[in-house]
Amino acid sequence: MSSYRVAGKGRVDTGKPVDFTFDGKTYQGGVGDTVASALLAHGEHLMGRSFKYHRPRGAVAAGSEEPNALIGTRRGPGRFEPNTRATMQEIWPGLETQSQNKFPSLKFDVGAVNDAAYMMFSAGFYYKTFMWPRSFWDKVYEPFIRQAAGLGVSPTEEDPDHYASRYLHCDVLIVGTGPAGLAAAKVAAQDGLKVVIVDEHSEAGGTLLSEPQAKIDGTPAWDWLSATLAELKATGVKVMTRTTAIGYYHQNFVGLCERVTDHLSALPDDTPRERMWRVRAKRVILAQGALEKPLVFHGNDRPGVMLAGSAQTYLNRFGVLVGKSPAVITSHDSAWFAAFDLADSGAKVQVIADTRAEVDADLIAGAKSRGIPVKLSHTVTATSGRLRVKSVRLNPVDGGSVGAGSNVTCDALLMSGGWTPSLHLFSHTKGSLTWDTDLTTFLPNETPEDCIIAGASRGLWGIEAALKDGVTAGEQTLDALDRAASGTHSYAVENDRAGTGVTHKELLTDKSPGKAKAFVDYQNDVTAKDLRLAVREGMRSIEHVKRYTTNGMATDQGKMSNINGLNIAADALGKPQPKVGLTTFRPPYTPTTFGAFAGYHRGEHFEVTRKTQIDGWARENGAVFEPVGQWSRAWYFPKPGEDMETAVRRECVTTRNSVGIFDASTLGKIEVKGPDAVEFMNRMYTNPWTKLGIGRCRYGLLLGDDGFIRDDGVIGRFGQDLFHVTTTTGGAARVLNMMEDYLQTEWPDLNVWLTSTTENWSTIALNGPNAARLLAPLVEGIDINDEDFQHMSCAEVTVAGMPARLFRLSFTGEIGFEINVPAPMGRQLWEALWAAGQAYDITAYGTETMHVLRAEKGYIIVGQDTDGTVTPQDCGMGWAIGKAKPDFVGKRGLMRPDLVAKGRKHLVGLLTEDDSKLEEGAQIVFDPNQPKPMTMVGHVTSSYQSDAVGQPIALALVAGGHDKMGETVYIPMPDRTIKAKITSTVFLDPENTRLKIAKES
Amino acid sequence: MLLIHCPYCKETLPESEFTYAGQAHIVRPEMPSEQTDAQWEEFLFLRANPKGPHYERWRHFHGCGRFFNAVRDTVSDKFLTTYPANTPKPDLESLIGDAE
Amino acid sequence: MTRFNALNLVKHALTGHKNWTEQWPEAEPKKEYDVVIVGAGGHGLGAAHYLAKEHGITNVAVIDKGWLGGGNTGRNTTIIRSNYLYDESARLYDHAVDLWEGLSQDLNYNVMYSRRGVLMLAHNVHDVQSFQRHVHANRLNGVDNRWLTPQECKEYCPPLSISPNARYPVMGGALQERAGTARHDAVAWGYARSAAQRGVDIIQNCPVTAIRRGANGAVEGVETAKGFIKAKKVAVSAAGHTSVVMDTAGVRLPLESYPLQALVSEPVKPIFPCVVMSNAVHAYISQSDKGELVIGSGTDQYTSYSQRGGLPLIEHTVAAIVEIFPIFNRMRMLRKWGGIVDVTPDRSAIISKTPVDGLYVNCGWGTGGFKATPGAAHTFAWTIAKNEPHPINAPFTMERFRTGRLIDEAAAAAVAH
Repeated sequence: MSSYRVAGKGRVDTGKPVDFTFDGKTYQGGVGDTVASALLAHGEHLMGRSFKYHRPRGAVAAGSEEPNALIGTRRGPGRFEPNTRATMQEIWPGLETQSQNKFPSLKFDVGAVNDAAYMMFSAGFYYKTFMWPRSFWDKVYEPFIRQAAGLGVSPTEEDPDHYASRYLHCDVLIVGTGPAGLAAAKVAAQDGLKVVIVDEHSEAGGTLLSEPQAKIDGTPAWDWLSATLAELKATGVKVMTRTTAIGYYHQNFVGLCERVTDHLSALPDDTPRERMWRVRAKRVILAQGALEKPLVFHGNDRPGVMLAGSAQTYLNRFGVLVGKSPAVITSHDSAWFAAFDLADSGAKVQVIADTRAEVDADLIAGAKSRGIPVKLSHTVTATSGRLRVKSVRLNPVDGGSVGAGSNVTCDALLMSGGWTPSLHLFSHTKGSLTWDTDLTTFLPNETPEDCIIAGASRGLWGIEAALKDGVTAGEQTLDALDRAASGTHSYAVENDRAGTGVTHKELLTDKSPGKAKAFVDYQNDVTAKDLRLAVREGMRSIEHVKRYTTNGMATDQGKMSNINGLNIAADALGKPQPKVGLTTFRPPYTPTTFGAFAGYHRGEHFEVTRKTQIDGWARENGAVFEPVGQWSRAWYFPKPGEDMETAVRRECVTTRNSVGIFDASTLGKIEVKGPDAVEFMNRMYTNPWTKLGIGRCRYGLLLGDDGFIRDDGVIGRFGQDLFHVTTTTGGAARVLNMMEDYLQTEWPDLNVWLTSTTENWSTIALNGPNAARLLAPLVEGIDINDEDFQHMSCAEVTVAGMPARLFRLSFTGEIGFEINVPAPMGRQLWEALWAAGQAYDITAYGTETMHVLRAEKGYIIVGQDTDGTVTPQDCGMGWAIGKAKPDFVGKRGLMRPDLVAKGRKHLVGLLTEDDSKLEEGAQIVFDPNQPKPMTMVGHVTSSYQSDAVGQPIALALVAGGHDKMGETVYIPMPDRTIKAKITSTVFLDPENTRLKIAKES
Repeated sequence: MLLIHCPYCKETLPESEFTYAGQAHIVRPEMPSEQTDAQWEEFLFLRANPKGPHYERWRHFHGCGRFFNAVRDTVSDKFLTTYPANTPKPDLESLIGDAE
Repeated sequence: MTRFNALNLVKHALTGHKNWTEQWPEAEPKKEYDVVIVGAGGHGLGAAHYLAKEHGITNVAVIDKGWLGGGNTGRNTTIIRSNYLYDESARLYDHAVDLWEGLSQDLNYNVMYSRRGVLMLAHNVHDVQSFQRHVHANRLNGVDNRWLTPQECKEYCPPLSISPNARYPVMGGALQERAGTARHDAVAWGYARSAAQRGVDIIQNCPVTAIRRGANGAVEGVETAKGFIKAKKVAVSAAGHTSVVMDTAGVRLPLESYPLQALVSEPVKPIFPCVVMSNAVHAYISQSDKGELVIGSGTDQYTSYSQRGGLPLIEHTVAAIVEIFPIFNRMRMLRKWGGIVDVTPDRSAIISKTPVDGLYVNCGWGTGGFKATPGAAHTFAWTIAKNEPHPINAPFTMERFRTGRLIDEAAAAAVAH
């Protein structure tokens, strides 16, 4: 057995030894140990180094509030995490741990030179220097500051673990399994009520685990605890351990992070490392207990200086004596009990020093009976020991003056500055706090949430008080749920240790206060004098003090330091604490793994990927894909050996010379139906729709009410009251939402139904001089020629045996069709067309070729050639506006002064003088010789190689471009300036002769 | 995540089913062309941005799909009420009274 | 007031830092000021600094309902860049970057402007087109910004995953090397100290309840928790609370206030050398000098003053970060917080005179307010002092929403097709 382990004490099963390593050395603990308790069992207090001064540090606490004992934990490749609390990490066989922020070793760390120069590193020192010479900042000072950052090292490998998330709806959620939480759960546990109680520790019980001496209704605390847990489970209460309530969000939405595997030696298959529970509770009971405050004195940070309550926990819960000859300094009764427990387990307690002049006679008697020397009205002014405390200097205080000190040898120093209620989750609710002058602490006041706070977290000390308050909380909760409590619950507790105490700022000292290293925030090395310096420099709000000194900003988020910091700042300011304020607690309660927040949303599941029915064919045929919004779209179809440019040129040429097939299924599709459908269309789109015949289609333009282009697409009329609207791929959801908005809230009188049919249709486009020839034999119901089915027609027909909505339209300038079939038939149709197309050397083409072909004809892509500041007139599409209509969305917006002003940017074509291809996004100027910043008059929106035109083409927005046809503009590039001529946007076949279907002879 | 009562579905459901749709009770003028530039600016852009009860619109996007109105306190984020689109503004004072 | 430099730091260290003086005194309001600035954030305090330093106007009060720098100045992710698309924005933000570079010396306060570079990732063809348009426009505007291939992105920021199989693959990035971060609190404190040194009163914990206008309609002063304060000019720079303050003067603004959340990880040793932004997935990340990863999120969908923000948005942001930087999956979130940002319809700010004589407003910064701080404050001071816009802020009027001459950075990045 390890030399500091006490036989018969604690809940650790030392009969089941567990080997783990710390800094490469193997240690043995037992099942139930944390890294900290196991190291302490071997007498190892030194576990880390502080952030700024690299001072040696040991565990000061036994729970999640620990600021010092932070370690790296590793489980093989990819499974490393820094800054793990040694006080919370359970050991398992094979666990590898390492200390942090030290070089070359924990015992000898060169970074500790900062400690010697500590006077230079006062609060805010970096704001005051490193400014001269100015050029040194980038190269010398800043790299130096940044190099000092951080505690542990970041993981560097991908995480092989996965993380889960679940929803949980319950009637009552109780946070904390101490006496208050358990008592509340017993009351609330009724038939038909779903009750959940959670605790961050590995086992339930809270303070009961550290107080086995108590008897509840005559039953020893631990027996009562196991009976109660068994009873709760039997009544259906969900008891969750290793589960931290990390945040309290709107309307009783509480996030819980459950650590599922970090304590296991072997990882079970298909088990997440952590699980985020999103709980929606009708009522919440917060019973988070209280945290012990350190005392603030010179040398209060040496390894071996520890909270008395934590020492009691190490003994009673883990069976570990944190020292064999400890000394005690306290301002609260609770530390006396800790001392008694240690003494009763064989420690030789050197002294109990109390800052108070008077304490309860029972305490004095308890000390006397154990032979412990007592010093009242004492302060502590120093400690000694480099890597472990060796002695403490105690001085008597008389009337505020500090007398001569005497050294007491010790191997641990237990301290208690009293207790602070845990108000973290309560504070997340935006609950208000009140200052309690007697307890020198904030207490909960009102919260907007349906929540009750109970026990020590509202300043009630002792097990009996907590149990009784838990009962009250349970009863009030039942009442709020319109339930009556069954029976009465009352508790009597023997050996309860409620205790009282006083609160201090930093302890009185006989040293120069400017020289004292009395730590308030251990991890960040913030001392009492730093806080006073901040106040001296004009920092009057606690937020300023915090930010100037970094007090409370360490990984314990002020759990150890906030109230001590506030008391000292308030004293320095000469103001009561509430006037100085308490910094807000922010979620999460304790640091929480990114993976747990991300949950399932990793890799392919980060966001849904939408795929068309033809996606499989495209993949089998070697397509390269591009993400477009949520869609994955075939970009181009390279043949072996082809790069993108070659593939796209081939696809273009084949389509223009024969026929190409394109998957247009991602286009948004909306069915507009009802007696008022045409009126609705007239109001939404710029175009007139009344006279559009059934079986005809038209290019539609949609504006916002600000007059700018939002979307476009071809719209077919399939009946007097039925329009088949297509939208852009990315715009589908927005357009439908906009239509619904106007229909439901502006024009509820219109009798129209809107249905998204994007997912209902597979849409395949056929384009090229052979498109009609290929398609005609497959179509039943209509003859494919210019007389029976002219350009911009639509019809319900059968294609290759499938019911189809067939459009004759063209986004390429060639004879074109879009065939919509019920979505699941998409691939069947594609393959039928593909087979029939073999006779014509058909090519499949992707989005890139689609872009080239449309640009050659000057068809715009909304979002590429427009950017939300472009009007129809800017695009030369005034023809799309139904001028006779009294109103449409955007009509009034188009009349605004700057939308009709001269000099707006117009969409034009550009042909370069040297036949080079312009870069998309390149900026255009009229005067290439001006200095920077240049006056830019527009930019290239689209640019492609074009075999059909015989030279590269571009579309561009150019100021006043429509009035500058044939003029030269300049595109300054980093290496040269390119000259280009303004042209029409239609580069190919302006007469549209290629759209005509030749009569077959 | 807020809880929102859909006045059509008559159910209280999580915010993720809903989309926010801006200030409520802004009526698009009958004949926009007759509006002055200033009036049109007001319609397009000027919004109440109160610290306190706010008349606003939501859409039960992943539910019935309908737009409805709500009064929500922008300080506490609490909904005071929700009600169908195209119905009159509820009286604020009685709502606040109810909440207290 | 003691000058800040290494020598004085040593001197004071030797005397136990007992003799440092207040960086700004606690001021009680006088009866009357030439200028009252509402809002003691970086923008308001900065305007006071420039009013005093460049325009000789020192009879100025900066009033705040809370403590100075307690709003968005102290709640943002400290990213500074100027590679905006439109000329108007690029000039304003680049003016700010020019001032950032000399700000520590100007204020005698180290604001730790760190030129570590801001890399904006492109995840689809549309992003690529949009960012290349930025790069070209910035080049002709003399604003530093260049295009990086995915491999170059990885070299610039080693934690980045450029796996082509990612759900949002990195298709390149736009890098502004001159961009970076600064220590946000120091900006407010530095401006406060400098302004106070020049005679400006900084009045904290004093809510302004109304702007009072005289019979002729012009501004007369402000009603506050500490009584009426007369002022020849009132300048409002109150971020998310601007609408509420301006309403009291009868001036309506096209603003909506949204919650914006941000978070930090536990501190680790240097791992992340620059700032990376991904608009497509809404995630922004850098590493602070303390070692924390500082991560910005998007806004919640609804307007709010609650500063609470929801869990789903944070979950999405963290998921986005680990999607782009998978090595951070086992890192832990230390703290998340919320701010309130005021957003205009075109996502660009307003720095402008108002229809009320003597009333000026600087608002609508959305998520871009911190980076603009010196530029906005500098031009706002000019506007207040001269009662006319500085050429740089002249386009950022209130009137543009009526005429339609928007500076629509958001629309310019709009995704369609």
